[in-house]
Amino acid sequence: MNAQASLIFKLVALAVLACVPLSGESFYVEMISKMLVMAIFAMSLDLLVGFTGLVSFGHAAYFGIAAYAAALLSPKYDAGNLWLLLPGAVGLSALAAFVIGLFVLRTKGIYFIMVTLAFAQMAYFVFHDTPVGGGSDGIYLNVKPSAAIGGWEPFDLGNGTHQYYFILALMVLVYLFLRRVLQSPFGRVLVGIKSNEHRMQSMGYLTYRYKLGAFTLAGALGGVAGFLYAVLFGFVTPELLSWHESGNVLLMVILGGMGNLVGAVVGAFAFEGMRGVFESWTEHWQLLMGGVIVALVLFLPGGLSSLPARIRRALQGGEAK
Amino acid sequence: MSAAKTNEVLLEAKKLTRRFGGLVANQDISVTVARGAIHVLLGPNGAGKSTCINMLSGDLPPSEGTITFMGRDITGLSAAQRSRVGIGRSYQRTNIFPQFTVLENVRLAAQSRNQQPWRIFSKAMEQKWALDKAHACIEEAGLGKRADWVSGVLSHGEQRQLEIAMVLATDAQVLLLDEPLAGMGSDESAKMVELLKKLRATRGILLVEHDMDAVFAVADVITVMVNGQMLESGPPAQIRASVAVQQAYLGTEESFHV
Repeated sequence: MNAQASLIFKLVALAVLACVPLSGESFYVEMISKMLVMAIFAMSLDLLVGFTGLVSFGHAAYFGIAAYAAALLSPKYDAGNLWLLLPGAVGLSALAAFVIGLFVLRTKGIYFIMVTLAFAQMAYFVFHDTPVGGGSDGIYLNVKPSAAIGGWEPFDLGNGTHQYYFILALMVLVYLFLRRVLQSPFGRVLVGIKSNEHRMQSMGYLTYRYKLGAFTLAGALGGVAGFLYAVLFGFVTPELLSWHESGNVLLMVILGGMGNLVGAVVGAFAFEGMRGVFESWTEHWQLLMGGVIVALVLFLPGGLSSLPARIRRALQGGEAK
Repeated sequence: MSAAKTNEVLLEAKKLTRRFGGLVANQDISVTVARGAIHVLLGPNGAGKSTCINMLSGDLPPSEGTITFMGRDITGLSAAQRSRVGIGRSYQRTNIFPQFTVLENVRLAAQSRNQQPWRIFSKAMEQKWALDKAHACIEEAGLGKRADWVSGVLSHGEQRQLEIAMVLATDAQVLLLDEPLAGMGSDESAKMVELLKKLRATRGILLVEHDMDAVFAVADVITVMVNGQMLESGPPAQIRASVAVQQAYLGTEESFHV
């Protein structure tokens, strides 16, 4: 997609998303809200998988830690302060990612995949097997955080429409933030590490530190998604940290096309959309989903974001004949 | 570096030994690289030249021996740390970022000198100093017309030139070049030899090379290695006249007839 067409696509998509609450259908508003949350989650993982070349199979841990933080740090029968809870939850996810990153980034390739999975499973069992977060039953976030600053309340998360626009705004912010980061000297180094880490080292880059920075940043942004998920559904279970979720978000990134932020968003929407459709057909929806993923990987290895270029090439090929 | 004088010893390795299990790949190798000179490591396959250059660049820790750079002991430094003090290296098998443009390859190398990793909001392409440096090094390596090409599509010879440009962009005082002429045609090879001679003026170069004509055309000092040991080290004339070198490297008269 050339730059202009890409910009038009993004603006149209944003306009459509902005119109969703006008439908008045709270079911769809909530569904799209969840897709937006997952889009943030997928973009955060794409920073690692698609741009730094780190295939993390435990990214749900940071999502879940922030979700639990949102529930556990909120007062039980009162609204917490959004402007304290959000940074607090995201900070905890970032801290967890930093500490875990110190260890897992000493490994490479298949070992990295297994070790990230192992740490995520540890986090899963902490919440599953101890009473800290209600054990396997999970925990409720009874009252949504309040956005009040002093006496002024700019928006109310208890209102589905307000909540929707808050999540949409954060999704756009995360996108713009990551886009900027990737253009920075820091971001260029990450892409260089993905391409040829050994060469980066021989040019004097201490790549471990850069990867740790990326891992922490990805954990923090995954935490943003987890926090929003807890606010959206008001309920947090250990399953949010399970390897199923880590696998799902990885599939979203692959579905959309690795190394493409818009692709991650599209992948998240496609995954959640298909899940919704398949679930309405059969309880064995995962079988259908698996089939679709296999077909996509086989016939569209670059993911959905490679589709426009493919179509254009096919059209040009057709004209040439 | 206006104070830089020629013949100043930049890199000095003393009695480097490297064992892989029971195999001694390098034994008591001592080499020096001086500013203004090209030092060539010569030897048949398996002589231990790559092991030696890997120890000098920090890709491989030596089992014994010391390496100093401008008087400072750098034996314990990693490859990245050695790059930062001023030792640049190119590899035997082309080692670039094939998806990136030539400019981005060299710009990344230039950026490594002033990394500022915390500046995640500034644009890399607006760091003028790194861009200017990259363009200058691309020009110096003779790739001026290819700056905007994706490096993966360059010819083999041009990719080797690109590697040199990347090393230059890191301000390396010592260039460790592993077979920069390998796989080049005679035209490309001649150009590279000219480039090496030009670069020698202000830097020290250590070269691993097979091409005999090129070796004798550029070398100021030649060290011949056989079976992981130093056989002979000295100026080209001495090496050419050495009976030991002729026997070990070129084969004895008799061996041709056996």
